[in-house]
Amino acid sequence: MKIANAIFPWAAGLAVLLFAVGLPIALVTSPPDYQQGETVRILYLHVPAAVMGEMIYYAMASGSAAYLIWRHPMAGLVAKASAPVGAMFTALCLICGMLWGEPMWGTFWVWDARLTSTLIMFFIYLGYIALGDAFEDPERGDRAAAILALVGVVNVPIIKFSVNWWNTLHQPASLSLTKSNMSGEMLLPLFLMMGAYGMFYVTVLVIRVRSELLAAKIRNARMSQIAGNEAAQAIG
Amino acid sequence: MMSMDLMTFLDMGGYARFVWPAYGVSLFSLLAILIFSLRSLKAREREFEALKSQRRGDRA
Repeated sequence: MKIANAIFPWAAGLAVLLFAVGLPIALVTSPPDYQQGETVRILYLHVPAAVMGEMIYYAMASGSAAYLIWRHPMAGLVAKASAPVGAMFTALCLICGMLWGEPMWGTFWVWDARLTSTLIMFFIYLGYIALGDAFEDPERGDRAAAILALVGVVNVPIIKFSVNWWNTLHQPASLSLTKSNMSGEMLLPLFLMMGAYGMFYVTVLVIRVRSELLAAKIRNARMSQIAGNEAAQAIG
Repeated sequence: MMSMDLMTFLDMGGYARFVWPAYGVSLFSLLAILIFSLRSLKAREREFEALKSQRRGDRA
């Protein structure tokens, strides 16, 4: 938590800075696409949201694994605190994708492999959140949700490779670690917005983990209070 | 001239009704989750402080 407190102001500051630089470039100075015109500006929201949705899922699954295997409480808290943020980014990816699909494909939605597997990831996020709250004993809920997160992780590579394995209306990736089919003028705002989303996640994550830690402390304090009262009654 | 430029910018090449809602809903969601997370942290901080001072009161 000390590390988290140390990086918090940097992450928050960087997020603000990257949004301040990235948004004007994404909206104003970057060029329209020669085929897609101004709708390409949706890319700077859609792709970072998609990347964050998947990255946060991996973070949530790793945290859940550490929680289940080593009973690492902090890892469990990170997973729990990440889930709503990941669900939000996945929803944004889907919504922005639909707003891009209608003018370019002529439809908001098709049940192709990429879109369907992304929707499934969104539902798994929702299931994780719901399952965590579904038990009277919070620890049982946390464990059940962690197992769901681990089962659901098989879906994430399917999202990534769906555009290669099946014929999808969704286009395959234009970017990989080694090469790019995009011009630098479009890569710059894309990377800036990815950075901004990433730093935003770190910022919100630290806030949410602090909050979860406090919730656990409050629970413990209440439990010992009840135990103390019962002991006092027994003596009295 | 300036207002003309602004109009073309807002028009987004005729795709205004797709581009602006995408930016609007993204901005709204990010702000919403940030504010919601901060408010829940503050509420728990208050609750925890209240519990602590109550305990001190019990001991005294």
